[in-house]
Amino acid sequence: MRDLSLGAIGPAWFRTVGPGVWAAGGLVLAFLLLFMVLPVAWVFFTAFVNADGSLTFGHFSAFFAQPLMRESFFNSLYVASMSTVFAALIAVPLAYFTVRFQFRGALLIQTLGVLPLVMPPFVGAVAMQLIFGRSGTVNLLLNQAFGFTVPVMDGMNGVIFVEAIHYFPFILMNLTLALRNIDGAMEEAAMSLGCRGWRLFWRVIFPLGLPGFVAGASLVFVKVFDDLGTPLVLGTTNMLAPQAYLRITQVGVEDPLGYVISVIMIVFSVVAMALSARALQGKDFSTLQKGGGSIQRRRLTPLGAVGAYGWIGLVLLLTLSPHLGVLLLSLGTVWSFSPLPDGFTLAHYGTLVHDAGGMVQNTLLYCGLAAGIDVLLGTAIAYLIHRTRLPGRRLLDSIATAALAIPGLVLAIGYLRFFGGVTIPGTDTLLTSTWVMIMLAYAVRRLPYALRSCVAALQQVHVSLEEAAESVGATKMRTIRRVVVPLMAGGILAGFVTSFVTAAVELSATIVLTASQSQAPMSYGIYLYMQSVAGRGPGAALGVLAVVVVAIGTYLSHLVVARTGAAAAARPPADETLEPLPFEVSVASATPAAHAGTVSARR
Amino acid sequence: MQKVSVKCEDIRLAYGDTPVLKNVNIEIRPGEFFALLGPSGSGKSTLLRLIAGFNQHQHGRLLVDDKDVTGLPPWKRNIGMVFQSYALWPHMTVWDNVAFGLVERRLDKRTIKARVGAALELVGLSAHAGRRPNQLSGGQQQRVALARTVVIEPQVLLLDEPLSNLDKSLRVQMRQELWSLQRRLGITTIFVTHDQEEAMTTADRMAILDKGVVQQLGTPAALYDYPANAFVAAFVGTMNLLPARVSRRQAGSLVLHLDGLGEVELPADPDTPTAERLMLSFRPHSLCVQAADAAPDARYAWLPGIVEASEFLGEAMRYRVRVGSHSVCVDEPHRAGLSAHEAGSAIGLGLDRTQVRLLAH
Repeated sequence: MRDLSLGAIGPAWFRTVGPGVWAAGGLVLAFLLLFMVLPVAWVFFTAFVNADGSLTFGHFSAFFAQPLMRESFFNSLYVASMSTVFAALIAVPLAYFTVRFQFRGALLIQTLGVLPLVMPPFVGAVAMQLIFGRSGTVNLLLNQAFGFTVPVMDGMNGVIFVEAIHYFPFILMNLTLALRNIDGAMEEAAMSLGCRGWRLFWRVIFPLGLPGFVAGASLVFVKVFDDLGTPLVLGTTNMLAPQAYLRITQVGVEDPLGYVISVIMIVFSVVAMALSARALQGKDFSTLQKGGGSIQRRRLTPLGAVGAYGWIGLVLLLTLSPHLGVLLLSLGTVWSFSPLPDGFTLAHYGTLVHDAGGMVQNTLLYCGLAAGIDVLLGTAIAYLIHRTRLPGRRLLDSIATAALAIPGLVLAIGYLRFFGGVTIPGTDTLLTSTWVMIMLAYAVRRLPYALRSCVAALQQVHVSLEEAAESVGATKMRTIRRVVVPLMAGGILAGFVTSFVTAAVELSATIVLTASQSQAPMSYGIYLYMQSVAGRGPGAALGVLAVVVVAIGTYLSHLVVARTGAAAAARPPADETLEPLPFEVSVASATPAAHAGTVSARR
Repeated sequence: MQKVSVKCEDIRLAYGDTPVLKNVNIEIRPGEFFALLGPSGSGKSTLLRLIAGFNQHQHGRLLVDDKDVTGLPPWKRNIGMVFQSYALWPHMTVWDNVAFGLVERRLDKRTIKARVGAALELVGLSAHAGRRPNQLSGGQQQRVALARTVVIEPQVLLLDEPLSNLDKSLRVQMRQELWSLQRRLGITTIFVTHDQEEAMTTADRMAILDKGVVQQLGTPAALYDYPANAFVAAFVGTMNLLPARVSRRQAGSLVLHLDGLGEVELPADPDTPTAERLMLSFRPHSLCVQAADAAPDARYAWLPGIVEASEFLGEAMRYRVRVGSHSVCVDEPHRAGLSAHEAGSAIGLGLDRTQVRLLAH
């Protein structure tokens, strides 16, 4: 007979840190150090040393001495700030509508949230130029009808416009969630104390939603500040990310200014994320109680309904325009100086069959491997954090999560520098010239996503579930196989898909690390095609293909999460009634339960 | 302070086709501590929110201080409510939470300062004025919620399950505090609870709701001693119910036939139901227990029973006893040295006729 008392003091494996745990922790740490910490540290190091190895701030003064660099710096700040402002202008009313009013567009607005995940801004940028550019659809029609044009796609305006309509859903989603989590009693308490209307909004609703807004807005700022693809595709090179890319590719890996820019970018990322974390600290305002309702839903007045639906319609039109544009571009023959393409053809898709097979294969290979590494690392880290007492296990979590703050461009530059000159053992092939670098960059960049999924999945598996299995005689291995893994599988799969699809549309690191055409994944292919007017058609067709792949993946992961979440959330009703046992209850185990003929109020 | 009454006159409320309150009539007297007691889904919280102005009834009148407030929005009612979740705003300090309602009334700064200070003093939290709600314990949060409500000097104070979020050990203390605070302020207070002990110990009077209908209204003792129906009997305290058939009605008494147990004669009064099938209801402590072979005392009506199980409660031994085809609870007062009747042993149950109440089946 097994010693059942073991369960009372916790299983033995939790109390001691065995060699297996040390080995797992060591391997994870080695991976993170080698492929993330050291390359990034190398970037910092290079930005602060002279050619002879002495410490210097000279590169920074050189950076700010150059007018182009100063201009790029301020342009990047300007574009990131303005994009955030415009994204907020779009998102805040939408979030408020959905939470406050009874209204049918809620599902539609939810759908808006996944669009930027499905198609990154650089894919749609060219199409946006054809629609909103100086001689694009909208301006041609405006000029024809009213004799004026709007310069929304000129220079930095174009970058701001494209980024804002791609990234506003980050604010929308975070803010909606925050508003939805406000306990309705928060508002009712204010009302019963005499508060209403605008004052109610400013004094109670707005402050409670603010942390959600800050979280979303800082995310938009960082995304735009780090984005390389959109300015490149739109030809706006007087910004930081394009400048770093151009310095590294044209002047060479030795050029210190590329590293200075990298350091600036990473500092801004870290500061923005730290600020938002600081803003959110101790402000978990999701005050919704078990069984409580959200804030009141009101009926829209007829005028309000017109306004709300009008706004949603406009936003929807704007949000879908890059998607529609890409679709038109992929099906159009020639599209230039005309509102719509001159004719329609499937030829561009035909071109893909010839040219793009390799790219699709590459994307599947790189992203599949990267996502595989991510869930492996994610599961290991989750397990180390929550099921072992390995010293420093929190540090692994912090390092892996810090990958969120590292721009793809910076990581790629770090790889080129850190692994520069290293050859694959036994051959003369340079490590930096292989696709392994691309795959590893994907893995590091997307690790935080997979990690969150795995941690969430493991947290759903309460330790007592494992203890219960052990107490009825299952060994550790069989417990993992029959209880832990089946319960975690959904979360792990969701993490895999999320990592996979987001890696598939990663461009910044890809552009820098792709050494030859044969290594190019789809994202690089789209970028390359978009460079020439003749390539736009096939580029757009490839974009459509990527969107379809990513959309299916996103939908699948959503499905998996929804299904496992529902299973975990299933609880018996609170006030259940229990049927009496089908046999006489013995005296020894007399229960105070209600019995036939006796009723008790002790409930 | 002016004490006001609250009257619900024939109030009906439905969500869509689902009736939640059906012709509710309750009159709450000025300065009364009144409890609304009922299981979840009985409509008690809906009624409370209706008085606060968060729900609107479709029929009937709601009078506060004899003025009809039907249709008035919450911010015009001057009725204070303490929420089950306390609903303290996490982005404000304790002081700002309490001052909120006074700021809304556009009072000058000195008055606000004086009144908030006094309210915090009243609940003993003057030292915590600068803290945030999430830095306080559950009991302290509840006191802040209370201070925030009473500081505006509402005409009526509403409490929605005020003790349900507290630890069991704290509940008794907070219950007493609530009671003495209410007595000091004299505000007409209505509180909602599903815990009959809470309602009985604090309320002047209470109403028991089930399925949107007021089942009975009265003082705790009246409801305990004279439940109007089986639901109230079941909900307030522990009650035994034994079905019986009326054999004969006589002047001042009636003879009942109990399945498998023979006949019992019980006193009848004018409000005894006239139905043929009745329920005998009696409390566990209104029975006396003795060995089956002991001489029966003629003051009691005796029923034979078999002990099924026993629970030691400390002040009493509670037996579950099989009587005919039914099972009843019997409490025997406990003293040191008194030994329990074994399970399976035959005993006699003495029923005090004056303590038995006859209810419609």
